Amino acid sequence: MEPFKTLSATAVAMDHSNIDTDRIVPARFLHNPRSAGYGKFLFHDVRFDAEGREIADFVLNQELTRDARILVAAENFGCGSSREAAVWALAGYGMRTVIASSFGDIFFENSFKNGLLTVILPEADLARLRDAVHARPGAKVAVDLVKQTVTGPDGVDYRFDIDAFKKECLLSGQDEIGLTLAREADIVAFEQRQRIEMPWLY
Amino acid sequence: MTAAAQTLFDKIWQRHVVATDPGGRALLYIDRHLLHDGSFHAFAQLRDTGRSVRRPHLAFATADHYVPTVNRPGVPMEERFRSKIDGLAENTGLHKIVHFPLGDARRGIVHVVGPEQGITLPGVTLVCGDSHTSTHGALGALAFGIGASEVGHVLATQTLWQKRPRQMRIEVSGRLGAGITAKDLILAIIAKIGAGAGAGHAFEYSGEAIRALGIEGRLTLCNMSIEAGARCGIVAPDDATFTYLVGKPLAPQGEAWDRALQFWRTLNSDPGAPFDREVTLDARTVEPMVTWGTSPQDAAPISASVPDPGAAGSAERRTSMAHALEYMGLAPGTALNAVKVDRVFIGSCTNSRIDDLRAAAALVKGRRAVVPAFVSPGSGLVKQAAEAEGLDRVFLAAGFEWRDSGCSMCVGMNGDSGKPGERIASTSNRNFEGRQGKDVRTHLMSPVMAVAAAVTGKLTDFRKLS
Repeated sequence: MEPFKTLSATAVAMDHSNIDTDRIVPARFLHNPRSAGYGKFLFHDVRFDAEGREIADFVLNQELTRDARILVAAENFGCGSSREAAVWALAGYGMRTVIASSFGDIFFENSFKNGLLTVILPEADLARLRDAVHARPGAKVAVDLVKQTVTGPDGVDYRFDIDAFKKECLLSGQDEIGLTLAREADIVAFEQRQRIEMPWLY
Repeated sequence: MTAAAQTLFDKIWQRHVVATDPGGRALLYIDRHLLHDGSFHAFAQLRDTGRSVRRPHLAFATADHYVPTVNRPGVPMEERFRSKIDGLAENTGLHKIVHFPLGDARRGIVHVVGPEQGITLPGVTLVCGDSHTSTHGALGALAFGIGASEVGHVLATQTLWQKRPRQMRIEVSGRLGAGITAKDLILAIIAKIGAGAGAGHAFEYSGEAIRALGIEGRLTLCNMSIEAGARCGIVAPDDATFTYLVGKPLAPQGEAWDRALQFWRTLNSDPGAPFDREVTLDARTVEPMVTWGTSPQDAAPISASVPDPGAAGSAERRTSMAHALEYMGLAPGTALNAVKVDRVFIGSCTNSRIDDLRAAAALVKGRRAVVPAFVSPGSGLVKQAAEAEGLDRVFLAAGFEWRDSGCSMCVGMNGDSGKPGERIASTSNRNFEGRQGKDVRTHLMSPVMAVAAAVTGKLTDFRKLS
């Protein structure tokens, strides 16, 4: 996993709440192996028309924002299906950070496992940040994971909270399974205890 | 001094904590893991990292997402579906995981199969790489959907790192009216609290209406907890739960049953247990519900009209609603019962169990579908049971197709989908843009409401059928 420390990159804003994972990547593409590259499927049905041509007014099809690495969304981003492909599509396109006032829980967990930083900001801050991004198409937003800050194109700083464990995983790019396997003794002890207390599960 | 009052959720959670990290996350032990034909991403990850499955006999697999519901002898299955189904057989064979293969009557939608086989039990932690894993909370399990990386984590370690969620109790008093179902109730709940209200929360459903639902209704209810944003929804197990589980193939038997039952009877929230949020609803106020927009929260009683975005509380909401109505091709103020449909789907992990099919068949009997309609039973065993009662003949006589089991038209990835612009009355769980096919418009509702739409060709209050 690619470590994440700081990022200063073009941002785009999307105002709709409840952007679900079917919209981020339609189900019909999920049969592809991840190695196929999911970036081309990102927002497919609102990004391309029936003939596969770009829909001009979609924000990622505009010259100033095509290379966006930061997505400023609204409420409940990534709700719906558990498909991790939604994160792969964002990351595959080049997105490294999504900022919203809340996320679908499963999407939120999936994001960290793929080096995509998901930042939660209060609604009022988020609305201000979205307005600032809309006002200056193509402008850069800065994200500093170490200091836990987002800086809008208008220079306004927003502080965000993040789980210490996730922050560490993102900063170091380490694999969570590796960390868990180091707890083998705890897992074995649990299984021995549970086998006595709840034998019907064994 | 007495111990602090605990919620049902906390009782199960605490029994499964293997370790905690300094940030407060818990390493939870996972008792049951369900796999399906979409789980190939996780197996690929396992293979790439050279890891093995820690406890293969705690995992159970069944193909559902990619399985076509029309299977004719001599007609080969499309390669893009066949490869996923064969892949599951191969991966489960390699790792010695129990698999209900194609052709086995036990195969079906993973969230129908789990309870049906007794894999789902009260007090267990259960996960699956599918968001509708919340379904299994209906039996008093702590059950939630996970992503592909987490599926790989569970296969390799039998555990998951989780932050303890906040807790919300949804208390439903009174009884639902005649023919009003768990589907109407959950749509009413989501319309009331919003599609994002459950984010970061575990739900517990309680109250007279929940007790009266029966197990299959509770499965429908818990299934759609995720549509309110909650990863899990749970109902305290009771005698109805225990009766349902008796004799299920993988449920404990004999002495093990007695011991399990003793524990299961302790699984309820103590009086005064703390919840972060409490929501109450009177079941007597719930009408037959349908959705009009592109989020499950966009639900209203069938007697209502399409709402006006101009009347919405915030600018953001006005934009979202206007966009949803444009996609749905609906004008504000249109009576919902005047909206014509092109197609009807009865099935999915939400509404494909025997009670659903019985209720739908009872209403369809003696009537005739005026638009294309089909039924996809939740599993091979549900299909067999329905055929034994003659339900298949009732549907066929009314012009419905009677198909095989699978995720079908709930998720447009197995050949079952609508055509662009089509409007579908569907018993599934998501009305998202493109969910049932590109530019397809979905209206969610209960099985009897879907039947009413099929026989009239428009959204209809089933109680008004002559």
